[in-house]
Amino acid sequence: MKGLRKILDNVKPNFEQGGKLEKFRSLFDAFETLLFVPDRVTRSGSHIRDAIDMKRTMIIVVLAMMPALLFGMWNVGYFHFSSIGEVASKTFWQLFGFGFFKVLPIIVVSYATGLTIEIIFAQIRKHDVPEGFFVTGMLIPLIMPVDIPLWMVAVATAFAVIIGVEVFGGAGMNILNPALTARAFLFFAYPSEMSGAEVWIAGLKNGAGLVDGFSGETVMGYAASGKLEAMAYSPMEMFLGTIPGSIGETSTLAILIGAFILIYTGIGSAKIILSVFTGGFLMGLILNLFAVNDYMSIPAWQHLIIGGFAFGAVFMATDPVSAAQTEKGKYIYGFLIGILAILIRVLNPAYPEGVMLAILLMNVFAPLIDHYVIEANIKRRMKRLETSKS
Amino acid sequence: MPDKITIRKGLDINLKGKAEKIFVKAEKAELFGIKPTDFHGLIPKLTVKPGDTVKAGSALFYDKNRPEIKFTSPVSGIVQTINRGERRRILEVIIKSDDAIEYIDFKTDQPADLSREKVTKKLLESGLWPSIIQRPYNVVANPEDHPKFIVISAFDTAPLAPDYDFMVRGMEKEFQAGIDALSKLTEGKIHVNVDSVYPPSSVFTKAQGIQINKFKGPHPVGNVGTQIHFIDPINKGDIVWTVAPQIVITIGRLFITGRYDASRIVALAGSEVMKPKYYKTIAGSCIRSITDGNVNESNVRYISGNILTGTRVTKNGFLGYYDSLITVIPEGNHFEFMGWLSPGFNKYSFSRSFCSWMFPRKEYRMDTNLKGGKRALMITGNFEKVFPMDIYPMQLLKAIVVEDIDLMEKLGIYEVIEEDFALCEFVDTSKTDIQEIVRKGLDLMIREMG
Repeated sequence: MKGLRKILDNVKPNFEQGGKLEKFRSLFDAFETLLFVPDRVTRSGSHIRDAIDMKRTMIIVVLAMMPALLFGMWNVGYFHFSSIGEVASKTFWQLFGFGFFKVLPIIVVSYATGLTIEIIFAQIRKHDVPEGFFVTGMLIPLIMPVDIPLWMVAVATAFAVIIGVEVFGGAGMNILNPALTARAFLFFAYPSEMSGAEVWIAGLKNGAGLVDGFSGETVMGYAASGKLEAMAYSPMEMFLGTIPGSIGETSTLAILIGAFILIYTGIGSAKIILSVFTGGFLMGLILNLFAVNDYMSIPAWQHLIIGGFAFGAVFMATDPVSAAQTEKGKYIYGFLIGILAILIRVLNPAYPEGVMLAILLMNVFAPLIDHYVIEANIKRRMKRLETSKS
Repeated sequence: MPDKITIRKGLDINLKGKAEKIFVKAEKAELFGIKPTDFHGLIPKLTVKPGDTVKAGSALFYDKNRPEIKFTSPVSGIVQTINRGERRRILEVIIKSDDAIEYIDFKTDQPADLSREKVTKKLLESGLWPSIIQRPYNVVANPEDHPKFIVISAFDTAPLAPDYDFMVRGMEKEFQAGIDALSKLTEGKIHVNVDSVYPPSSVFTKAQGIQINKFKGPHPVGNVGTQIHFIDPINKGDIVWTVAPQIVITIGRLFITGRYDASRIVALAGSEVMKPKYYKTIAGSCIRSITDGNVNESNVRYISGNILTGTRVTKNGFLGYYDSLITVIPEGNHFEFMGWLSPGFNKYSFSRSFCSWMFPRKEYRMDTNLKGGKRALMITGNFEKVFPMDIYPMQLLKAIVVEDIDLMEKLGIYEVIEEDFALCEFVDTSKTDIQEIVRKGLDLMIREMG
């Protein structure tokens, strides 16, 4: 490693101020800090620092997404071959391999687009390249339908990074969750690619060689169109994830493994995750009470394992930047996401799934929640002052 | 008040190199340094020049804004040099010590019989007044104020912290005299806060005229700020004074012997110390008198004070006015290949994101590396987990950054000083110098509120 360090030290002056490659300073810096943790030391105050940094934080989140991603890849293969009636003759690796090569380009496009923009902005602002996109770049593919055209991924990512993050001043200053911004952009700009029964399974759209009567309808699709009894998926399948849906959202089990990693390492907020689930479950119960149709009467717990609910609760709602920042606020924020997600999902005919909108909406309201939580703290302090005076 | 106050939020960092409970008499240092920089916001006016002879207790400089507050020499000798920094700011007044210390005679007294004015005057004359710290703002107390109460934290929970019970052993008489003197300065109580885990030293428990409060929990439970918050939080307009136990003893000694006897027990600790132990020395000593021959000297950092809040000094530097600990840890000025990706069995983290979580009892050798790049202040929820007060640390910090005085006040700026944020700084993933921000906030409050 000393040789590599020497090479970096030799070329480094070129990238510093006044060097001939100054324009690529941010790129070089990103590359260098990826390879080596810098030699910078503390000046005063706390002379020692926690080993964790943004890179470590982000890589742990990416790690937590791995079960969902790997399962998603297999699931893509599974449904593709199911749709053409060949699934029985394929091995596990053939299913996974098919999915891998379908999903990988989406990941590559997402990262390439996002990182390029981040590096350009970092260069303009003379900042280091922030690591937030490590996570966003992986989240975006996981919430896309597998047949999404790659150029759309690129456009959506660019939109999310520029309009969702950079215009607010960069990573850490954004109001909305960037990955959901990308999804919402596509959802409203290209609805035909983002909803319906045909986009969730690779190759279904061109329809070649389909098994007769095969439907790529998601659980949400069945439910929204009032044809729940025609649906063949059992709750166990919904939990394990062998249902159609966005690449990473289908397996509640894989997502829960991710949730465990996030909570155990202390990086994701258990408060948010639990309160989203609680809110969703309660809303499900309330709908059960007033059930006038099949959708309203599905068991409340089943709401938690279908659609993007679990994925949103674990990976989207917990984004520390766009979530509520106070500890009490996190309970309220998560709870309302759960309530709204199920409310929109079941009662609003325009949107088959409500998680995305619920989270984005609560992202907007998170500062307000925090405001009231902090006001309460201030009031306590004011009251203390008054009693001490009297 | 409950029998015992327990806090749950906080963090004990388990480091290598805790001082063993052995007393050694340190060789008397040749040079002593008094550092105006130990006192926040002080504008020193010198009363000596190089070449002057001084006794222990002779004034070296005074506070320009409050000339009655004097800072005196801990030993007798000759003023050797006055080190200045940028814009001729005085950094150190260095005294070359005589072989035997000659003391100025401040007369012996029974502090219990004295008036408040006399006690104050004696502390001011001898140079011990600055040892009383005022909250809010962490500055030297104002002799004209009448504090609501005085607080003494009789234990320290910071990493590698010295054991106060061990350091004050056998000092019952001095401690009591110190308490008697301090009790003249306030109409309120004198709180002495002890750790409920071990039976505290009889020096504290047998003292008269104090209230003992028991505390339990992880660091920062030993920080006096945390304790005040749970005993009787500081409101706008309140003034509370805090004194370290060893300094109470020095104050007591002043009344008993009539001398400014700055002897002090100091712990030498840290992973780079070969045999960490306790030394009997004098405030302001050149740390070489303690560290020489006992430290692996290659690439290390010397800190006067603890590892979270102490001041960086050179190897020829001086023990700080308030400090009773010298910590020596490795410098971290090296690159680490793919460090953020490594499993990290040896990397201590508050989060469980490194494999080190498997060994909760392990002692770590931590260096001064920042361990990452500086980023925009990131909300992770970790601050709230290590900050026990009913205050929103992140929101208060942001109020400080935007200099919103009204909001700072509402969010509790009066209750905190830099050290209360030390753990936040430690766990911060964005590697921001948080204590510096807090200090700026406190300075701003002093400027604006007076």
